[in-house]
Amino acid sequence: MIVARRKPFDEIKGSVSGAEQVLILGCGTCVAVCLAGGEKEVAILASQLKMALRLENQNVRIDELTIERQCDREFIEEINTRVTVDDYDLILSMACGAGVQLLSDVFDHKVVLPALNTTFIGVAEGPGVWTERCRACSNCILGVTGGICPITMCAKGLVNGPCGGAINGKCELDYNRACAWAMIYERLQKLGKMENVRKIQPPRRHDLATSPALVIHKAYQ
Amino acid sequence: MILDSEKFVVTAEIEPPKGTDVTGLLASANALKGKVKAVLIPDNARGVMRMSPLVVCKLVKDEGVEVIMTVACRDRNRLALQSDLLGAAALGINSILCVTGDHTMHGDHKEAKPVFDVDSVQLLQMAATLNSGKDMNGNELSGAPEFFLASTVNPFASPVELQTIKFEKKVEAGARVFFTQPLFDLERFAGFMEHARKYPVKVLPEICILTSTDVARYQDHKLPGFFIPEDIFRRIREAGENDLNEGISIAAELIKEIKRSKLADGVHLMPGREKGAILEVLERAGA
Ligand code: SF4
Ligand code: SF4
Repeated sequence: MIVARRKPFDEIKGSVSGAEQVLILGCGTCVAVCLAGGEKEVAILASQLKMALRLENQNVRIDELTIERQCDREFIEEINTRVTVDDYDLILSMACGAGVQLLSDVFDHKVVLPALNTTFIGVAEGPGVWTERCRACSNCILGVTGGICPITMCAKGLVNGPCGGAINGKCELDYNRACAWAMIYERLQKLGKMENVRKIQPPRRHDLATSPALVIHKAYQ
Repeated sequence: MILDSEKFVVTAEIEPPKGTDVTGLLASANALKGKVKAVLIPDNARGVMRMSPLVVCKLVKDEGVEVIMTVACRDRNRLALQSDLLGAAALGINSILCVTGDHTMHGDHKEAKPVFDVDSVQLLQMAATLNSGKDMNGNELSGAPEFFLASTVNPFASPVELQTIKFEKKVEAGARVFFTQPLFDLERFAGFMEHARKYPVKVLPEICILTSTDVARYQDHKLPGFFIPEDIFRRIREAGENDLNEGISIAAELIKEIKRSKLADGVHLMPGREKGAILEVLERAGA
């Protein structure tokens, strides 16, 4: 899933300043799960904004709406069946960066602003904790590294083993965090697959991951 | 090649200047002339921005001192690395130390993009390929370098097997000399050397002149790759104001023992807090 964090409140407040009618639009998928931009977070941001703007004597109408997904036109097109987008002079999107962009593609005559900082592709470790797991490199080597991604989990993205800074299995960048290669080692030992990492890995192919990337399913080409 | 000597090899490190004033640099180089086999020039070590090692190497070489140029993977992508390597060859800089490089987060430009387009193993392969007259993508070169390749190994990190695998990859990629992380623990180092002796490579452990500042930074986890055993730690602590003198003694003792027991092929000295410290170590060690 995509993990995001809400922007600092003052930045959000500054970005809507001057608007009279604001729609805060949540997204019910990834960012709802990571407690950043779902229905509840939309409600919290709406009341915070209302209070803060009232204290500044700004008269702003703030409405709330959360749709299933903002990264899918099908769901975005539903918006106008529930509110009238043209009533608002500003949409504050609480989706990830992809959602914000599709929203502003569809409503390209409207100002659409991000309320979140999109952070990474990751997993839920436990209540309230998410960790990054994939950098979408378009050339997955998890099969070699025992299901642990060195591109993401190693601070230097090293594919041929640990750097010289690792001490006692900890990363040189943060001694509270395991070195990716120590984790890979443990996993490969468990799997009896140490031979996987004895071969020199060639340099990564960044030509496979130039942006913006495009995927068209075979059936639709 | 300078590092290919049969004798006990002593090299030392000189930090490139932060700025354009090279008088200190040239003075250090001249002070070491005749005392060490070559000086090693680091590449923005610890992620701290300094003068280009390529330029520094040329300046030092012009003083009649042999140089080893460090190339780190942190700041340049594969095009820039190959360009600089060809440039080095044209200037007669042929001893190259290939390293991954400390992360930008350790340095004075934390906001920088850490590159790591290739890693140290791939960098060695790249340099070896240049030696064969081709760039890393197989395109013909007009004129090929004759690099002698060095790299680093950390004999003190665990899991040991992973370090060993990386060491073997580096040998396979073309490294013939290995510098190590700072050596304080001879026993642990001897264990590593037993393995390293199976390969046609020379190993030059790094000797550091410890001071109380280092010991404090070590405690704060600010010295990546360092492993300081308890007794050495205590000696520096207890030396109080005489910490530098104690650091010099520790370094000299280590060198003497390495030489006596033929534990390694030489040593590599890191500059201490004071410029003259390296010379003092060499004198006390009789090296
Ligand atoms: S190698 Fe890592 S970054 Fe690349 S696709 Fe696989 S998990 Fe993602
Ligand atoms: S210590 Fe491990 S995870 Fe950290 S940068 Fe080095 S190899 Fe990568």
